[in-house]
Amino acid sequence: MPEVREPETTNTTELSAAVEHRSRRLAAVAFVRGAALLPVLVVLLIIGSAVSSDFFTTSNLAGVGQQISALGVVVVGESLIIMVGGMDLSLESTFGLAPMVAAWLMVPVAAYGAGTLWSPVLGILVLLAVGAIIGLINGVMIVKARLNGFIFTLAMTIILAGIQDGMVNGQSLFNLPAAFTYVGAAYVGKIPVSLLVTAAIFIAVGLFLRYHRVGRDIYAVGGNREAARAAGVRVDRVRIGVYVAGGVLAAIGGLMEAGRVSSVASTQGYQEGIIFNVFAAAVIGGVSLRGGRGGMLGAACGVVLLGLVQNILDLGNVSNYWIEAIDGGVILLALMMARVVGGEVTAE
Amino acid sequence: MSPQIHPVVEAIGVSKRFGSTQALLSVDTALRSGRCLGLMGRNGAGKSTLVSILCGLLGADAGEVRFDGEPAPPVGDIGAWRSRIATVFQHSMVVPQLTVAENMFLGDQPRHRGVVDWRSMRAETRRVLREWDFNVDPDVECVTLTVEQRQIVEIAGALARGTRILLLDEPTAALERDGVRRLFERVRALVAGGVAVLYISHHLEEVFEICHDVVVLRDGEVVLTAPTPTLTQDQLVSAMVGDVAAPVTAARAASPAARVPRPALSEERLAVSDIVATSTRGSLRGASLVVHAGERVGLTGLLGAGVATLGRVIVGAHGYQAGTIRFDGRPLPPGRPDAALAAGIGYIPEDRWLEGFVGLLGISENMTMSIARRLAGRLGILTPSARTLAARPLAEQLSVVSRGLGQPVAELSGGNQQKVTVARALASRPKLIVAITPTRGVDVASKELLLAALSDITRATGASLLLASDEFDDLQICDRVIVLVRGQVFTEFTEPPYDDEELIAATEGLVPVGRQ
Repeated sequence: MPEVREPETTNTTELSAAVEHRSRRLAAVAFVRGAALLPVLVVLLIIGSAVSSDFFTTSNLAGVGQQISALGVVVVGESLIIMVGGMDLSLESTFGLAPMVAAWLMVPVAAYGAGTLWSPVLGILVLLAVGAIIGLINGVMIVKARLNGFIFTLAMTIILAGIQDGMVNGQSLFNLPAAFTYVGAAYVGKIPVSLLVTAAIFIAVGLFLRYHRVGRDIYAVGGNREAARAAGVRVDRVRIGVYVAGGVLAAIGGLMEAGRVSSVASTQGYQEGIIFNVFAAAVIGGVSLRGGRGGMLGAACGVVLLGLVQNILDLGNVSNYWIEAIDGGVILLALMMARVVGGEVTAE
Repeated sequence: MSPQIHPVVEAIGVSKRFGSTQALLSVDTALRSGRCLGLMGRNGAGKSTLVSILCGLLGADAGEVRFDGEPAPPVGDIGAWRSRIATVFQHSMVVPQLTVAENMFLGDQPRHRGVVDWRSMRAETRRVLREWDFNVDPDVECVTLTVEQRQIVEIAGALARGTRILLLDEPTAALERDGVRRLFERVRALVAGGVAVLYISHHLEEVFEICHDVVVLRDGEVVLTAPTPTLTQDQLVSAMVGDVAAPVTAARAASPAARVPRPALSEERLAVSDIVATSTRGSLRGASLVVHAGERVGLTGLLGAGVATLGRVIVGAHGYQAGTIRFDGRPLPPGRPDAALAAGIGYIPEDRWLEGFVGLLGISENMTMSIARRLAGRLGILTPSARTLAARPLAEQLSVVSRGLGQPVAELSGGNQQKVTVARALASRPKLIVAITPTRGVDVASKELLLAALSDITRATGASLLLASDEFDDLQICDRVIVLVRGQVFTEFTEPPYDDEELIAATEGLVPVGRQ
């Protein structure tokens, strides 16, 4: 592939054709890198089949799909925030608090609710609003007040989790309306609705990132904030915007989780420590913690990988006391394999 | 060349390839004790690659490096290389948060029973600094030093390890005139003391001033090696540029403003009045100026005079405390680059690595970043092919050399990165282009091309130009030149061609003879 040294002497149409060809090739390379984890997933599927005959059954895989859906939606939100060059630890608390507030406004006093008995539609609107407001607070304080994102969202994580616990005195809220649990619990045929919704979110956000002006702004701001500002990108708006989007997505994830377990526990989110899995999935999937790099295909692969590992460990009758150590080891292994397969893109 | 006495360092048949690019092709060159060798070439000619190989950061694909006739240590043994050859890179390698003493011994601190021996580190630093006649406290943090002082810390530190070979990669890029003069005195003293120096520069006059010999690289090959006194500037330029020399000189001849009839002064495009702004790059203390439609205005001054700050204030990259900026009669809000862009101001920033482009993204995406809103449909959809379509004419006009418009800008050479930055400013069809030192770190041919492009485009589109630069050559394309001194407008030159001596006097705040 010779370098085009003197374009002014090269035939223009020939040059354009070459340019066209190359940009298509570069796009193809980017796609392959985004999918660097696919071979790893194939290996996991083979291992899973070997470990248990129950693995490759529709019901098991559908169960895995339902389990990873809630996590997946949060990973989309966190990936956007990481790609713009930020981080938000409090998504795990939003994941718990948003459905808790909604449930609290829907269930009777006897079930530890507020007694307002709001309708499920109103409940879901409240849930989305709570996510958006928390994201807005995070975004404004980090971007406008210039507080350190790590410390600020760490404090928010603890505060929000405390509110979640305090408002119901540590109780779990059951008897949620069917419309509220629908997204997390229902199936269309043999496929969980939550999996369909999560897949739709991944695809929509992936297309948005590639083909929408604001999606490209996210890469520009994450890649070089000052250059983006100098090129007229409304940097502050983009940064605050992804925090809001992250909050809303975390709330949706929380809605799915509440539906899946038919309740909102005061431990949902923060006390389950889901943020570690969120970051692990995003980073394994090639989202650079330095910002400006990554995509939805990789992030989705990261989520599926974590779900499959968890499932295989469950099916393999691994001792409960050892499951976390092995889980962590597999995450490290996946990170290293993605690094080897994906090259520089997955470096940080 | 006497075969008995080996050069202190020599490259023999060195070749290096990066993917599809042949960076170096069997390069032979040698440094001798007590001589200063100038290394010249356009951006992308292979200078940086050669420097990296000579200081052991990169291995050659073929050929070898020898020190005093002995084979070089293995690549990667940084300590062994550093004891033989000292390198001062284009970008400061001083860690600002560390003290002078710590920087001087970075990675090589004197130790006493395994812990850092602070006392002897300070004493040694003081001794070295005294040798250099350089009066700073070893315990002061480098962040408080000027660029020139940091550079001295780097050079002194590099040489303090006892090496007699010094590589200087564009050492004057960030220095003021006086700093350059002092640097040259120091380099001359070192050379007189038997040090071998490799001096990399884009500035012909610097090479003629301090180099004994010159070696020119073009497309990775040595095209000229000769003692400096036997060469003329034109010979050197044509060696660097090769056969494209002719159109370049034509562009240069066409560019001076003197050849174009001055446009009749039309309406005010930009009116800046009494701007007060604090900045580490030089504060403004009530600066005012006017740029008319179609006018090309130069802005110059010493490093801290506020030239860059004024440019940045106008494009919204820097806020201000007092004063007003009106563009086409409407006020511009402070610190809002997007508003300035929307009003019709194109911005070519001073530091392209910081503000010029997003390295991970492709050429077409960077070039069209300023017009993404315009290119996108009502729903904000913007496909990569639409961007490529919009970027291609600009890439061709500025002769951007790349593997394709999707190539990440970080992979391009410095000159091509600068072209992308310029294209980004031109893409929005601005009514005023604000360019801050657009030719810094750009080779001779690309520099002429950039200036010619700016000149042509302003003439063709009727856009105004505000060119802030401390390179007096650049200012020759301007209709008038405003000189800032300590954050205020000091004087103005309205008759091109401008005389360097008069400009220098004015930047120093001296009223030139025959002017009042």
